Amino acid sequence: MTPILRAEGVTLGYDQMPIIENLDLAIVPGAITVIVGANASGKSTLLKGLSRLITPSAGQVTLGGRNIKALPGKKVATVVGLLPQQPVAPDGITVADLVGRGRYPHQGWFRQWSSTDDEIVAAAMAATNTQELAARRLEDLSGGQRQRVWIAMALAQDPEILLLDEPTTFLDVTHQIEVLDLLLERNRERGTTVVMVLHDLNLAARYADHLVVMRAGRIVANGAPVETLTAEIVRHAFDLEARIVPDPVCGAPMVVPIGRFHGRAPTMPAETAHDNQQVVN
Amino acid sequence: MTTLTETKADAAPLAAARAGRRRRNRSVVLVLGGALVVVAAFSLAVGAYSLSVPDLLRTLAGQGTQSENFIVLSLRLPRLTLAVLVGVAFALSGALFQTVLRNPLASPDIIGVTGGASAAAVFGMLILGFGAVATSLAAFAGAVIIACVIYLLAWRGGVVGYRFVLIGVGVAFMVQGLLAYLLSRADLNDAQGALLWLVGSVSGARWQDISVVAVVLLVLLPVIRVLSGRLRALQLGDELARSLGVGAERTRLVLLVIAVALAATATAAVGPLAFVAFVAAPIARRVVGTGGLALVPAALIGALITTVADFTAQHLLPGQLELPAGIITGAIGAPYLLWLLATSNKTGKGA
Repeated sequence: MTPILRAEGVTLGYDQMPIIENLDLAIVPGAITVIVGANASGKSTLLKGLSRLITPSAGQVTLGGRNIKALPGKKVATVVGLLPQQPVAPDGITVADLVGRGRYPHQGWFRQWSSTDDEIVAAAMAATNTQELAARRLEDLSGGQRQRVWIAMALAQDPEILLLDEPTTFLDVTHQIEVLDLLLERNRERGTTVVMVLHDLNLAARYADHLVVMRAGRIVANGAPVETLTAEIVRHAFDLEARIVPDPVCGAPMVVPIGRFHGRAPTMPAETAHDNQQVVN
Repeated sequence: MTTLTETKADAAPLAAARAGRRRRNRSVVLVLGGALVVVAAFSLAVGAYSLSVPDLLRTLAGQGTQSENFIVLSLRLPRLTLAVLVGVAFALSGALFQTVLRNPLASPDIIGVTGGASAAAVFGMLILGFGAVATSLAAFAGAVIIACVIYLLAWRGGVVGYRFVLIGVGVAFMVQGLLAYLLSRADLNDAQGALLWLVGSVSGARWQDISVVAVVLLVLLPVIRVLSGRLRALQLGDELARSLGVGAERTRLVLLVIAVALAATATAAVGPLAFVAFVAAPIARRVVGTGGLALVPAALIGALITTVADFTAQHLLPGQLELPAGIITGAIGAPYLLWLLATSNKTGKGA
């Protein structure tokens, strides 16, 4: 049973400048949670707080009911993994070596590299379709291949809760879908809890079981995409007028921005919002 | 939907790749070790009084004549041993600095740590009238103090590689200024004696210096071995390191302390052998070429550089000049620095 990762009244920020204040959030185990919000709404900060990259100046992040700071780092690393937005790698590192480094938290003084590690790394590479790249150097790969390799490394860490900070940034649409499908597959097959920050609202709505919408360091909506992605909330969180229609592929809510020059002029927001809700319902 | 066939992926190619990397590492270590043995043999056998290989082996086994014993065991062996040990210490110090700060310019000789040792030693010698042991202690203290100063100046709720390096380069200039001031007000004879602390030399190696360096290495090498897993995690950046359960800031501090101790010990023994720390690890990583830490190859390359430099300084330069080894290492390192600066934008690993 995956322990619950929970933010309890956390205040998070950099250099005494709080970006998030007194925020509560419980990550639903076994589900995919997507955090969305405008730039500087604090979504990456929240993810960093959950993955103990930044320490809350107030409140606490708990894992299975215990303060994550009080738990041994390596132990937490076997449960919670994070893929940062722009990870760095040493020059000349090969794909197999890099993916293998995800096994670090599972190794110790007496338990060095084993055949189990090999099998888990191989499985992670198979799942991300990176086996053929095993002997290649990371710097020689394309952006999409590289991102799959990083995800393979995160999978090799084999965490029950996987946090990803904008895993689809810098990828073209094909590779975005590929990466998200891969995470969905991991979630459905292995029950891995996935928490990620995404920019694309439509992809967020399609892949999320739970959508967390943020604005100015606060959570303005938290729930199933159908409930959280309404025209009203989009307007509030993003200052954007939009129509919400069902995604023709999977029925999830789809945000169609209006803008200044297309569709109905945003002079009658009340009516627009009304329309949209009808569409969703 | 892909299923169990994929989770039971074939691990054999991975094991093979890892074995390949290990083989590559091992053969590099063997070749470098062999080269070091050859250079060592030359250093011991060649000189104003040269020995044949059988004579050398006989002397090393304790069966030499009195003069052979004196020349090989009392003159050349301490010098060679010290060159090897400080080569290892400088190389590992540089490798740790560069890895932990993720910057190829972060090496104790570039950022003023060894310069701090020189300045403190020269200050002790010229102003305070220190003897040999006190001067070495002053050198050690100088390196540690400069490292602390850089660390504190670079601290902004954490240490970032490029800020550390930039501040270090600035500190290095200040230290050079202090050195120049001390030397310009010293009289000529004293200044000649202080030369060791400007360029570094393994001549006049004494067994007590050697044993100090040896003991420090004996203590720190196992520690580095134990921490190498964390170092590998730290290579992936602070965020991933923390995600893998490695406290980035604390690990960095511990490794920097070790790196400073190595550089300070080596500088206290032989002065600042320029660029050994700077070039050894990058050369080793290029030769091994797997993106690994390559600490053992780096240590061997450091030892090779110092021994070859000392041999060159003693025997290979025209005009019967006996130069300090530091001049040779400087001549090797400076072009590499230029090359690195000229190509650094390409790899974009400046920060």
